[in-house]
Amino acid sequence: MATAAIPVKHAGPGWGLRALARRLRNGDEIAHLFTLVFAASVILITSLLVYELWVNSALARHKFGLSFLFTRVWDPIFDQFGALPFVYGTLVTSAVALVIAVPVGLGAAIFLAELAPPKISGALAFVIDLLAAVPSVIYGLLGIFVVVPLLREYVQPFLKATLGFLPLFQGPIYGVGFLAAGVVLAVMVVPFIISVSREVLLGVPGDQREAALALGATRWEATWKVVVPYARTGILGSIFLALARALGETMAVTMVIGNNPQISASLFAPGYSIAAVIANEFSEATGDLYLHALVELGLVLFLLTFILNGLARLLILATTQRGVGQE
Amino acid sequence: MNYRMEWRKAVNAVMLTLTGVCALLAVSVLFFILGYLVWHGGRALNWEFFTQLPKPVGEAGGGMANAILGSAKLLLVAALVGVPIGFFGGIYLAEFGGRTFAFLVRYTTDLLNGVPSIVIGIFAYSALVLPFRHFSTLAGAIALGLMMIPITLRSTEEFLRLVPRALREGALALGASKWKTILTVVVPAAYRGVLTAVLLAMARVAGETAPLLFTAFNNRFWSPGWSQPTASLPVMIYTYAIAPYEDWHRQAWAAGLVLLGLVLITNMVARGVLARGMSAQRS
Repeated sequence: MATAAIPVKHAGPGWGLRALARRLRNGDEIAHLFTLVFAASVILITSLLVYELWVNSALARHKFGLSFLFTRVWDPIFDQFGALPFVYGTLVTSAVALVIAVPVGLGAAIFLAELAPPKISGALAFVIDLLAAVPSVIYGLLGIFVVVPLLREYVQPFLKATLGFLPLFQGPIYGVGFLAAGVVLAVMVVPFIISVSREVLLGVPGDQREAALALGATRWEATWKVVVPYARTGILGSIFLALARALGETMAVTMVIGNNPQISASLFAPGYSIAAVIANEFSEATGDLYLHALVELGLVLFLLTFILNGLARLLILATTQRGVGQE
Repeated sequence: MNYRMEWRKAVNAVMLTLTGVCALLAVSVLFFILGYLVWHGGRALNWEFFTQLPKPVGEAGGGMANAILGSAKLLLVAALVGVPIGFFGGIYLAEFGGRTFAFLVRYTTDLLNGVPSIVIGIFAYSALVLPFRHFSTLAGAIALGLMMIPITLRSTEEFLRLVPRALREGALALGASKWKTILTVVVPAAYRGVLTAVLLAMARVAGETAPLLFTAFNNRFWSPGWSQPTASLPVMIYTYAIAPYEDWHRQAWAAGLVLLGLVLITNMVARGVLARGMSAQRS
């Protein structure tokens, strides 16, 4: 069935040609082939993408090997390339984003799925979908002119005064830095957590809820102790999806992270991320090794998001299938 | 006993209120963004913005006419690349696809959908810019087109699958061949859904900046033809926002308002066309 492009499979030798002609005149085989070419081109393009990333990072891969990811010197002039500061920045900003976005996203999803009347829930979900459509450069714009000043003037001094004993909240305050990038990323990924989690929660069979309520649980207890655990894997999937988004996000992060390749325990310090360094240095990269090092960063990013997206899809699929199966 | 009940009720009330606050917070972000852009961008928006070229650094005024045209050109070619592959690929999956190969196509499409936009930019650079040794409108447009494929393809498949079996069988019973059935019965029945998907895909890539940074690059002048670097709205917003000039910030707000307006209106129109049942589009 899958590769039934050749139509003479079961035809006897005598009338094979005529059958072929008839089927071709019929057009079905042509249509099949025609659409097959377009479908196959997706595979071709994606393979080409992986191939280009692999080939164009060869110099850096050979020269630095795995230590590329674990050395911290990034010096284009002396051809020294270590990606640790960028990997660190990407991971820290994504972590900050998740710490903020997961509670808010999950809370909102619970409200939309469990509490709000269907009409209101639908309307709010529509707004959330619109929010997910806002271009990242717009988030970056607001990040520069709203989030960064806000952090610098109010939030960071406050954090320093109250939680300053933690190394996370020490050091000079710039506004731009890990925290700013994390906050902007959080705002950007919340819609994804909400819309996927909402769908997963809506897929939980009603009798689970009703059984808990019938046993005397309050609304919150039924939700938190029965419905949410039931949807656990799917919610985890939505978080992975959000994480994949955060890791690969470029523009908004580039605009507020400060673009300084350093590793600092303080969230107030300016940093750099993988996507940001590619965006900033790619078109100015002189020398093959420099370019290959940047492409290798792209390869790292590709692999990270590839793994996370795959896991997320599996988790979400597992939950929704289960919900459907038991209904 | 009573205390415990009171406590549980209190927790219930507090937590439920908190979830409401979370939802309110999330939703209000959109209105904040919109309000802020209208406030700042609206004041900076004028006739010049749509008709003039950018002025040299230091001179006030000027506009982004070239970026608006550039974005339109990029989107046009992106659609020419992305829509056919997505549309016919979707038809293949829904109507002809077998097991293994269809699974492979689906899997790769989802994979492509998850690729960070900056990585798409690297790909387009090494495949379309390096060999020709110059930035071009075409390279940027193709990068955007690639990003349109997954959304269009998967949605086309979903919407074709929603067409009732009876419609297909009716057409086949009347003696129509399979392709004729698809062309005259199935696709027309699903065209609203497909159109929605195409509009949403275009709205998504319209705001993409990262794939354009080193493909279409930027340009302070008009960009005739397809083989020269071109300005585009998202890249202009980026460039102007990180520059230290007050007047450029003003224009970045204006461009942001125009871009956001276009994206949101397209989204609302697209989702309005189909009202409900859009869940098929996501993921």
